[in-house]
Amino acid sequence: MVNIRYAKDSFELNENQSVLDCLTGHGVPVPFSCRSGVCQTCLMRATGGTPPEISQHGLKDSLKLQNYFLACVCHPSADLEVALPDDDDIQAVIPATVKSLKLLNAEIMHVVLECHLPIDYRAGQFINLFQNQSLGRSYSLASVPHEDEYLHLHVRRLPQGRVSGWIHEELRPGDTVEIRGPGGDCFYIPGNTEQGLVLIGTGSGLAPLYGIIRDALSQGHTGPIHLFHGSRDLSGLYLTGELHDLVQQYANFNYVPCLSGDDVPHGFAAGRADDVAFQQISNLKNWRMFLCGHPEMVKIAKKKAFMAGASMKDIYVDAFNVSQSS
Amino acid sequence: MSEQLSLFEKIGGEAAVDAAVDIFYRKVLSDDRISAFFEGVDMDKQAAKQKSFLTMAFGGPHNYTGLDMRLGHAHLVERGLNDSHVDAVIEDLGATLRELNVGEDLIAQVAAIAESTRNDVLGR
Repeated sequence: MVNIRYAKDSFELNENQSVLDCLTGHGVPVPFSCRSGVCQTCLMRATGGTPPEISQHGLKDSLKLQNYFLACVCHPSADLEVALPDDDDIQAVIPATVKSLKLLNAEIMHVVLECHLPIDYRAGQFINLFQNQSLGRSYSLASVPHEDEYLHLHVRRLPQGRVSGWIHEELRPGDTVEIRGPGGDCFYIPGNTEQGLVLIGTGSGLAPLYGIIRDALSQGHTGPIHLFHGSRDLSGLYLTGELHDLVQQYANFNYVPCLSGDDVPHGFAAGRADDVAFQQISNLKNWRMFLCGHPEMVKIAKKKAFMAGASMKDIYVDAFNVSQSS
Repeated sequence: MSEQLSLFEKIGGEAAVDAAVDIFYRKVLSDDRISAFFEGVDMDKQAAKQKSFLTMAFGGPHNYTGLDMRLGHAHLVERGLNDSHVDAVIEDLGATLRELNVGEDLIAQVAAIAESTRNDVLGR
């Protein structure tokens, strides 16, 4: 007999019953529409056990890899622990030691964390870092599993930012913090190695992109990889040396630092990163897009990329929304 | 026996929906008559809705009710959604299928299914 665990409840799955029918039958408010595995309204995630392959048919690869599935066509033969995509408490808290803190530019801190427990993540995903039990913020991972020993974050100091202010001013190497994660579906998926990649980031939106690029290169991606990193002025860019080194090392990697302010020295593109990118690559049919950073830039660039031919399933985004409670 | 194939099968099933959804959504967003209704919406959620709409319009499996249609569009009716906008959507739907080389007879059947939702969509 198969049981479906949801939150603190366990429900017995009847013969021929889908996970959707089982849960809704017990009053769990799972949204649904087509009931035939097409519309993807009943998307859920397995937090324990493996969903049957057929229940993942048609899902974005990044979701499949994270054990998302469609409840209406899910008939597991073994127990499954499931959560709705919105359920926040599906991951345990992991303690981590601060290994080092180093400013990347005037306002972005490179934070290196050593987890006390192994954490299974993909470059470009984010973790939540907690100052205390009730105060945490999401930070994208710039590190690459198997390449980097520790987790790397780029934390931009926000005006009146409580957590970023604490990280910049009070946190010290050797301190122990709590993290939860990883989350997010903005990461490189192995395969289709000849596909062109366009990555557009503003400010510390470079963090996930830096991870994704190094992940793609280390996994043998052969298609062109174009990074457009933007800031208003020169002082907002960072890791320029490392990125130029990558250009030297990999013939298929191209780095375009963009400045939207008035002072644009030789070697930099003038304009906002997204505008420069869409000027240089006007037809995005069959390209894979990664858009990270300022939420307004991400929103506009997503629509532009789609209208310029990129398929919705090939557009990965990570919008850095600023918490309203700062 | 081709006579026994459903409309959904004749069009190409789920693969046809997948092929159509990007094209259709792109047409809708660049259609000045209706694009304003899509300003500021979450594109992934909207694409999922387009997918279930196309599945229904192609004669595929769905669970839409007239009430869903009414509730889902009520806020747009308040913003002035009217017959001309439904016409535009059905036109864009036809153009999408033509781009995918679907025959005119099948396009007419799809248009008829979409047409059948008109009164519910407009809250009449």
